[in-house]
Amino acid sequence: MSALEVGQVVAEKTYPLTRDSLVRYAGASGDFNPIHYRDDVAADVGLPGVLAHGMLTMGTAVQPVVEWLEGAGDDAGVLGWVSDYQVRFTRPVVVDPAAGAEIVVTAKVGVVDDEAGTARVDLTVTSAGRAVLGKAQVVVTLA
Amino acid sequence: MSVNPELQGRVFPPVPPYLVGREKVREFARATGSTSPLSFDVEAARAAGHADVVAPPTFAVVVQEATLAQLLAEPDAGIDFSRVVHGEQRFSLSRPIVAGDELTATLTVTGVKTLGGNAMVTASSEMRDADGRHVVTAVSTLVVRGDEGAAA
Repeated sequence: MSALEVGQVVAEKTYPLTRDSLVRYAGASGDFNPIHYRDDVAADVGLPGVLAHGMLTMGTAVQPVVEWLEGAGDDAGVLGWVSDYQVRFTRPVVVDPAAGAEIVVTAKVGVVDDEAGTARVDLTVTSAGRAVLGKAQVVVTLA
Repeated sequence: MSVNPELQGRVFPPVPPYLVGREKVREFARATGSTSPLSFDVEAARAAGHADVVAPPTFAVVVQEATLAQLLAEPDAGIDFSRVVHGEQRFSLSRPIVAGDELTATLTVTGVKTLGGNAMVTASSEMRDADGRHVVTAVSTLVVRGDEGAAA
């Protein structure tokens, strides 16, 4: 096991989201709530615009951790796998029809439990400079 | 309409088994920004010790969907879908999901709380493979806004 240190930033990545991303996720996930692709419906229910699915934000935000765990695919093999992942949806991500939106993810080691062979990685996830997920915690079971 | 507090502890019948398809794993991986070879390339997945391509960490939401539909359709639940906001989500896995898994999900309502004018319903979907072994539990906390609530 590599020596992980609390506070160590293991990944940082920015993901552009467009309306296409939302339609693609709707199809992949089966969540066809129209607030994720129709401006008129979003406006009717009082939203500031079409929103990204919370689960799209959640699913995307963990990818930098997956990439880190799988390394560059070197001989070293994978560092571990994601065995637990939780978030709170604190602020919606509004996706502009033309400009889209961006999700910025920073993943930092929060806890290392050598005995259990796990580490908790805490995610900071922002869009337009504001946090969109709270208590975003990934438990990694180390190889 | 308000959420029925007697929902707490209710266990629903298992939904029909969900067969995890290889192309569905790839489609979901693509849709969530994955670059993981393990999710796309069968040989890479096998070389890493998996039976087939590995689903991303949140894939179980696809399977969970049918169980949440049961909850929303429950006649005495009192959950107005148009007022539901997703509050929290968690996935606890015993092992990664891989293509070829046949997952059977069973929903239990583990919590019903009232907070201000809103109700919070916690729904836990436990998924087991064809051998009856635990694979993942997906837990959603749904916030059902009260009549005066503003859109979140």
